[in-house]
Amino acid sequence: MAEKLLEVKNLKQYFGSAKHPIKAVDGISFFINKGETLGLVGESGSGKSTTGRSIIRLYEPTAGEIIFEGRDITKKMTRRERLQMAKDIQMIFQDPYASLNPRMTIKDILSEPLDIHGMYPNADERLEKLVELMENVGLDREHLNRYPHEFSGGQRQRIGVARVLALDPKFIIADEPISALDVSIQAQVVNLLKDLQRERGLTYLFIAHDLSMVKYISDRLAIMHKGQLVEVGDSEEIYENPVHPYTKSLLSAIPLPDPAYERQRQRIVYSATAAEHGTEWVQIKDNHWVLQ
Amino acid sequence: MSDKFKAEDFEIVGIRRQDSEKLAETPISFWKEVRLRFFKNKLAVFGGVMLFLIILFAIFGPMMRPFSYSDMLGNFNAKPNGTNWLGTDELGRDVFTRLWYGARVSLFIGVVAAAVDVVIGVIYGSVAGFKGGRVDNVMMRIVDILSAVPYLLIVILLLVVMKQGMLPMIVALTITGWINMARIVRGEILTIKNNEFVMASRVMGASSLHIIFKHLIPNIMGSIIVTMMLTIPSAIFTESFLGYLGLGIQLPFPSWGTMASEGRTALSIYPWRLFAPALAISLTIFAFNAVGDGLRDALDPKQRK
Repeated sequence: MAEKLLEVKNLKQYFGSAKHPIKAVDGISFFINKGETLGLVGESGSGKSTTGRSIIRLYEPTAGEIIFEGRDITKKMTRRERLQMAKDIQMIFQDPYASLNPRMTIKDILSEPLDIHGMYPNADERLEKLVELMENVGLDREHLNRYPHEFSGGQRQRIGVARVLALDPKFIIADEPISALDVSIQAQVVNLLKDLQRERGLTYLFIAHDLSMVKYISDRLAIMHKGQLVEVGDSEEIYENPVHPYTKSLLSAIPLPDPAYERQRQRIVYSATAAEHGTEWVQIKDNHWVLQ
Repeated sequence: MSDKFKAEDFEIVGIRRQDSEKLAETPISFWKEVRLRFFKNKLAVFGGVMLFLIILFAIFGPMMRPFSYSDMLGNFNAKPNGTNWLGTDELGRDVFTRLWYGARVSLFIGVVAAAVDVVIGVIYGSVAGFKGGRVDNVMMRIVDILSAVPYLLIVILLLVVMKQGMLPMIVALTITGWINMARIVRGEILTIKNNEFVMASRVMGASSLHIIFKHLIPNIMGSIIVTMMLTIPSAIFTESFLGYLGLGIQLPFPSWGTMASEGRTALSIYPWRLFAPALAISLTIFAFNAVGDGLRDALDPKQRK
């Protein structure tokens, strides 16, 4: 039995007034085992990014528990506990053009987490660490004095990964890290993430809106629709044997570079409201659950 | 065209991995780029040169003549001549000396007033913009109320209550002067605080102060500088205007406003007494505005029409 690193129990995240809340995330539960990647998939507005941000406490969750290494992190924390949590849980952002401060050099950007946590105060050791971080993501030490706008999207995203690695986290939330990138560059970043996972035993929550790349990186998948999870299971299993109509709909939307297949491909449209999702979790197979 | 390309016309070179990671030759920092763009703008450079000359004269002008600003030379209302380059006033004081002495006073008041505006405006605006929600609402309503009170009324009352002089003048200029800066800073902070780099910093455990000083303010420095550059001339203008109304710096201490006010009475007979300070005021304000506009264009080329 694998060890659970993170467990989310009945997480709710509402926005707006108490009378007419916008239910971005409405009671979802899942867990992530140590060292695995959970792909969280859903369309725009399904609440997947909100889920990631609630876990890392960018938002104050409305209700529910988030248990990381056996501790509920939705409770009030001291400054020291918050800093410790920041070291353990990190986030990679979607837009590589917005996630790096344009006025800072790469050196300043990578130094920031070290400054905040008072790590490597010695200038020589600091530089050594920065060079190591750059090399981890396949960038050159010469690039340290450059500004973000001089880099390509893929390079920027790798700088974002390097910044996250500076704190040596256990768990990384990757919020659509490849959707803003060119298809030819996506593999670069995904492969980097996979390599790092293998080397460091990292755990990922990989948020994405299309299933094609997610399958490649995820061990398990959680399908989200209108603030609720509708299907959870091993990636292969969900690909081979989707049960929920929304999952089927998502799978039917994946284009393949095969004209014969493409001619036959039928888009399945799914347009149910959250209330029509059903309330019962049904186990299909060992590791495959569906909301019915 | 009948001649088609053949396979042997092409050569596969493969991916040059080394090249794909290469960057442009020289790193260009944001401020270097701004400098380059600024120097391409002729009007702004002209304004900058003029400003430089005005400052130079303000520093060295009074030393170029052997008179002090209050020396009465016994030679009343003299025309511009070899000894009194810009003539003398009705008490026989050298206008040239007084003009550049007045430049010191006017520039000093303008710069100090603008600096105080920046400090108050940036702090107030960034707190309002960063905190957002209810705090922002209350803070901005206070600003609205303050700016609804007739500005001149406050200033005139203040100058009547306090003794005339340098400090009351600066207080009068800044008491509502920071409002514009606060509004601009708040607006800018609101637009950039939701950027992902701010979120990234927060996720890394950064405190609010760290975020404001490391991320937000450096990114709005351009607007702050431009606003400040445009605040200085308006402060100089207001000072001159108040001086003209007789509420300015105490006599015999010259400022451009008081000089113009004195000169006005003799306009038809001794026009140089009005022209000298009036021209100085106009040129200074023009120079500041030209530099300010140039900086704005240089900082944000996209906004340029």
